Amino acid sequence: MSLERFLNQAVSSWMSKDGPDSDIVLSSRIRLARNLEAYKFPTVFSHEEAKRIISDMENLLRQETMPKFGPMELLKIDEMQPLQKRVLVEKHLISPNLAEESPYGAVLLSENEEVSIMVNEEDHIRIQCLFPGLQLAEALEAANEMDDWLEQHLQYAFDEKLGYLTSCPTNVGTGLRASVMMHLPGLILTHQMGRIIPAINQLGFVVRGIYGEGSEALGNIFQISNQITLGKAEEDICRDLMGVVSQIISQERSAREALRKTSNIQLEDRVFRSLGVLTNSRIIESKEAARCLSDVRLGIDMGYIENISKTILNELMILTQPGFLQQYAGGPLRPHERDIRRAALIRERFQMEFKKFGEE
Amino acid sequence: MICQECNQRPAALHFTKIVNGEKTEVHLCEKCAQEKGEMFMFNGEAGLSFNNLLAGLLNIDPSFKQPSQSPFHQEEILQCQHCSMTFPQFLKVGRFGCARCYETFQDQLKPVIRRLHGGNWAHNGKIPKRIGGSIHLRKQIEELKHNLRESISREEFEQAASIRDEIRQLEKRLSASHEGGE
Repeated sequence: MSLERFLNQAVSSWMSKDGPDSDIVLSSRIRLARNLEAYKFPTVFSHEEAKRIISDMENLLRQETMPKFGPMELLKIDEMQPLQKRVLVEKHLISPNLAEESPYGAVLLSENEEVSIMVNEEDHIRIQCLFPGLQLAEALEAANEMDDWLEQHLQYAFDEKLGYLTSCPTNVGTGLRASVMMHLPGLILTHQMGRIIPAINQLGFVVRGIYGEGSEALGNIFQISNQITLGKAEEDICRDLMGVVSQIISQERSAREALRKTSNIQLEDRVFRSLGVLTNSRIIESKEAARCLSDVRLGIDMGYIENISKTILNELMILTQPGFLQQYAGGPLRPHERDIRRAALIRERFQMEFKKFGEE
Repeated sequence: MICQECNQRPAALHFTKIVNGEKTEVHLCEKCAQEKGEMFMFNGEAGLSFNNLLAGLLNIDPSFKQPSQSPFHQEEILQCQHCSMTFPQFLKVGRFGCARCYETFQDQLKPVIRRLHGGNWAHNGKIPKRIGGSIHLRKQIEELKHNLRESISREEFEQAASIRDEIRQLEKRLSASHEGGE
């Protein structure tokens, strides 16, 4: 398959489109956890109950079409190839938990992959909306619309006092997890992240490196999400998270400006070295690829590099994960083969970029 | 830093949670972390799942431990009638078996939920329209009563009177829906 065709199939809208503040915020996600009153939770439910839930969903999809998101496709976990599952995980459309530990699970995907609904993961239903850039309110609205539609057809487990009842008490109430994925190289280079993370925690939000652990996030990409789901309205949770995120955005922007003032040439050097590595290497590990992609993206955002589109970071961070590389190769690869394949894919992707701008 | 569980291996997992000034710190080595039920995502690259830490947190809480008495002396173990989950089982897995567990374990749960959610104990967000008819009304009435008190304190009596009428109307609808509903 040509890379271009593969990309057309592989890239979800949140990876290829720009959103507000997309020089720093890669994506915004809303997740709503819901359960059905009539069934036991997935921790203890029987095989038959699980099957009934899935067939309930199938019947619903057959009879009705959600007007806004169009037809949804239902994929059952036990009917999927391991590689196929892994690709969905790498695209953030399903959780590792659903792929690996929910044999009776399924996922419903909208055509543009903006909405996915996991069935029989930790909760019976998890609605997820993923938008490019900082668009929490928009994502919440979409998730609410999906939720309202489902609610017309399904009887949710809901308690007057505690709200939506979830399998784990950490999600009870709104069942809402709002998260924002941010690219924060400026704060890392100026060694400020260690100071900022505890401050964010103190406000009841969690910071995680999405492709790594703790403060050593791979590719300088962090995910910030709410921890408290009970006692605050959905809009307030999102508004509070927005407040924290916009603080971080302005900190990151001023860190970048400070870097430009104090070490312009060093920064430019770093950016172009990384570009050199990405466009020339023949073997590249995921860690090195992530680091260089982060540098290049910073170079694009700060205007050192022209003629490369910003979304290349979002795209290549996902496409150079093991699952995608193997799908592109059309079969399983050993780690060493992956590193070769990764280097080739990155080179080819940059070639596409140069060609595109050359023609214009 | 040494793992606080085995006191032997160096701690690899550091977890600090501060909610409303209440601070919990956990330092574990990889082995103990796995034994405590924390899991690493399957590709080995992603971070810890927060939920999986919960079981560990619940067990660490001293106020939460069962009184250490002999097993014969122990009072009857709470069990959910619907899904037969027991409270010790819940402590172990950190997940409920069904929606009714929340009612069954209500008393034990309250401090846990408060702690997890920054002191909150009541839902303040969305309500399903279909099952929430009377809940909606009650919330609306509550809100209006609050507005009523405010108008009175500001001596805006005309507005207060109209709010009062609105409340009466809603209360009528609420009692009607109760008689008709059940």
